[in-house]
Amino acid sequence: MAPRHLIDPHAHFHWAGSRDDFARYNASRLRAGEAMGISYHVASILGTWGRTSPTYFASPADVTAGNDAMYAIALDQPSRVRAFVHVNPNHTGHALAEIARGVAGGAIGVKLSASRRADDPLVDPIAAEAGKRGLPVLHHVWQHRQREWGMQEASDAVELVRLATRHPDTNFILAHIGGGGDWAHTINVIRDVPNVYPDTSGSGVDRGMLDAYIDAIGPRRLLWAADLTLCTGLAKLQALEGIGLPDGALDDICWRNATRIFPPNSFPGL
Amino acid sequence: MSTLRVPVDVSAWIGAYPFRELPHPDADVLVRVLDRERIGQAWVGSLPSVWHRDPEPANAWLYAQVAPHADVLLPSPTVRPDWPGWEELLDDAVGHGAPSVRLYPMQLGIGATSSALSSVVRACADRGLVVQLTVRFEDLRQRHPMDGVGDLTAAHIRACVRTDTRAYVIVSGAGRDLIEETHWSLTPSEQNRLFWDFAWVWGPPEDHLEHLFRTLGADRFVFGGYWPVRLIQAPLATFSLLPTFLPPVTISSAASISAAARAVATR
Repeated sequence: MAPRHLIDPHAHFHWAGSRDDFARYNASRLRAGEAMGISYHVASILGTWGRTSPTYFASPADVTAGNDAMYAIALDQPSRVRAFVHVNPNHTGHALAEIARGVAGGAIGVKLSASRRADDPLVDPIAAEAGKRGLPVLHHVWQHRQREWGMQEASDAVELVRLATRHPDTNFILAHIGGGGDWAHTINVIRDVPNVYPDTSGSGVDRGMLDAYIDAIGPRRLLWAADLTLCTGLAKLQALEGIGLPDGALDDICWRNATRIFPPNSFPGL
Repeated sequence: MSTLRVPVDVSAWIGAYPFRELPHPDADVLVRVLDRERIGQAWVGSLPSVWHRDPEPANAWLYAQVAPHADVLLPSPTVRPDWPGWEELLDDAVGHGAPSVRLYPMQLGIGATSSALSSVVRACADRGLVVQLTVRFEDLRQRHPMDGVGDLTAAHIRACVRTDTRAYVIVSGAGRDLIEETHWSLTPSEQNRLFWDFAWVWGPPEDHLEHLFRTLGADRFVFGGYWPVRLIQAPLATFSLLPTFLPPVTISSAASISAAARAVATR
């Protein structure tokens, strides 16, 4: 049984400032998304993806330029692309201004990558602003980060939960349980934190991962997503279809949960 | 979407994994999964034997497990070429109808220039056994603290292919970088004896599989599903998302590779 709709709440695009073959890359995502039945890609662009400032420590100028490119793609594809506003919490004033500008430009969520640890006080004003505006925060997460990794100040579920607990009225999407690190560690950390929604994206397709999350948190807090590899997204979609979920659960995971946590009317027709 | 007809999955295992629980890694479950995915046959290794000192008992267990499903599951036992008696394991493999054996040099600390590696590859060629190598079981970022083994290197793969002009090698779990590094460091005749599964090659939007099919040729690839560690749907999904404007793609037949290896055997 296939879901009635499909929303990818963790998508990315490129632009002329980030790679030379950006048009091919973006067209490939849209073509594959169409083949898979993705109704909406909710996407961000992380500055210049490392070209002129680091992907996870994007400069304010690159953050703005990447967001502008993202809004242009969303405007160009209104029937299937929505935008996150990406911010770097190390520049609080800029970040808050970008959120305001992003909402005016149609952004429906806030994207935080790995510029500052999730539980750092500098992230609080952003989380509060997102909550005030009813925007979910998609936060890059390294599942069970046991050491520092280069070129990022990654957070794991423990650190994101500290932030989420301080902001109970803000919804957080915990990025890519299949995206590296130990997904099994995250389960117990988020189990009783109702405003944290893990997404299934990432290149990891471990058997048992999806079942474990559904068993632990149920289908109303899990979000199907693809991130950088639509192929593994499709595999996880097919696995979900074969698990034998109760009625409605597949639709919850694949699109209905997303419609609940993004602002009303973000996805016309769904 | 493109549909892949899969006669043989060359990258399957049964048995427990030491670093996390795997749901039902059993032979009869694998048979049902293959049937569900319309895959005709699988070459099956013993997963726990990858980390055993002496793989012989686990190989015996493997033979017993696949025997009731002999029309669908073919054993691919593990051989440790620095352990006394390894040549007998090769003879056992032939006796049990194995098309291949699996070597895990990284888990055993065997270097690319080791004489143990070259000896076992030559002995496999003598017997018409395909050599199977595995790059990884989990992403480097995910591994258990006790699993400090790095990914298989291009140097190991090159060494296996170059050791003997009769050696046929299949590598499971490589990504685009390792495949390209290795393929373009070999002569055409060496390239022709080396095959890859694409369980760890990405589809859109990076489109690595499409790129590799265009540049190396689809005939350098076989199907490997990585069950029970990973979702067998993943490589099928990657293939299905190939652009429809590509000409029809035919990957290599594992049975043909096995037949080619046997055709040049001397024992």
